[in-house]
Amino acid sequence: MKITVASGKGGTGKTTIAVNLALSIKNSMLIDCDVEGPNSHIFFKEPMVKLKDVSIPAPKFDLDTCTLCGKCVDFCQYNAISIVGEKLLFFDELCHGCGGCKIICPVDAITEVEHYVGVIEKGGTGDLPVYHGMLNIGEPFGVPIINELKQFADDKKTTIFDSPPGTACPAVETMRDVDFCILVTEPTPFGLHDLTLTVDVIREIGTPYGVVVNRDGIGDDRVDRYCEKENIPLLAKIPNDLEIARLYSSGVPMVKGLPEYRKLFEEMFDRIKEMI
Amino acid sequence: MKIAITAKGKELGSDIDTRFGRCEYFVIVDTETMEFEAIMNESAMASGGAGPQAAQTISKIGAKVLITGNVGPNAHQTLEAAGIEIITGSNGKVGDMAEKYKNGELSSTNAPTVGRHAGM
Ligand code: SF4
Ligand code: SF4
Repeated sequence: MKITVASGKGGTGKTTIAVNLALSIKNSMLIDCDVEGPNSHIFFKEPMVKLKDVSIPAPKFDLDTCTLCGKCVDFCQYNAISIVGEKLLFFDELCHGCGGCKIICPVDAITEVEHYVGVIEKGGTGDLPVYHGMLNIGEPFGVPIINELKQFADDKKTTIFDSPPGTACPAVETMRDVDFCILVTEPTPFGLHDLTLTVDVIREIGTPYGVVVNRDGIGDDRVDRYCEKENIPLLAKIPNDLEIARLYSSGVPMVKGLPEYRKLFEEMFDRIKEMI
Repeated sequence: MKIAITAKGKELGSDIDTRFGRCEYFVIVDTETMEFEAIMNESAMASGGAGPQAAQTISKIGAKVLITGNVGPNAHQTLEAAGIEIITGSNGKVGDMAEKYKNGELSSTNAPTVGRHAGM
């Protein structure tokens, strides 16, 4: 089974939910897809070890063969190639590695080279393996790494994906092809705003979903009312407990420091199983 | 000589658009005759790479100078390759900047003025 933990914005406690859910259920694994700032691993003592490099194919131009016909420039929808005067320029950070320019070039002036965009690392334990990916500094596209990370999901385990925040392509990538999506929010006007955006996206994708309210008590009941009106299952509420925050800042998962919370996550998981 | 000025409208009286890749129009002014034409910037809607694309557009038109507010690194590199002089930090009216350029009151920059993806 695959469950994604997502959130319309960063800092809502998405990682907290993902880590503690993974720790509270049997036979689980955790895949942190927030490739611009993975932080699930800080709750595990075991070091992360590099598994592999992730690359995308990037074009290499043979400028002696190139006739400056401009066909590749017109083809590239990402504007990664420019021709001005007698010069061809290639901007690798705009290239998505689609390979189209190589096919389109009439004189075979383009070959493909590996462009390294990041790495995948593994940590955790045999019981609960943890994977994450890291985008190299300056690389703008996390999706290729997320797609490779998804391949590590073990069908014999319950895989928890920690999604990148927001509703852009990388987040969407983690919300599709999974059995369930947990949307984490806070009971505030901003929290509700971001939640509604995420709900729009998840409805479009079609993955079953439910909401978890984190830091319950800091705001009002507007998220409850919204969920009721929209018929969205409210899976759990995590109280705004100072002790949780204290444990968080010292890298201790709440179900380890405050075992009474384990039940909350077990029940959350039971409800999810009923819904899929 | 043709100069390209990024503008929010199609006239010499229009305001300068301080964005380069995502400006609304380019007003192309011939500094000898002060005749001008406005062209829409089709790169304004590009999902990425608007800067290099806009640079190719004004290069094709034959502009030798660009007057705008800010230029990012990719656009800067493309403009430089095209041999286009870059004048940044401009604001006010299109016509006034064209006059100032003609009178030699503007100086060019040789570095990008904003970081990557500033216009996204
Ligand atoms: S591989 Fe695709 S995205 Fe990259 S430069 Fe070629 S056409 Fe553009
Ligand atoms: S399509 Fe090939 S020949 Fe034409 S400009 Fe691109 S690289 Fe050069």
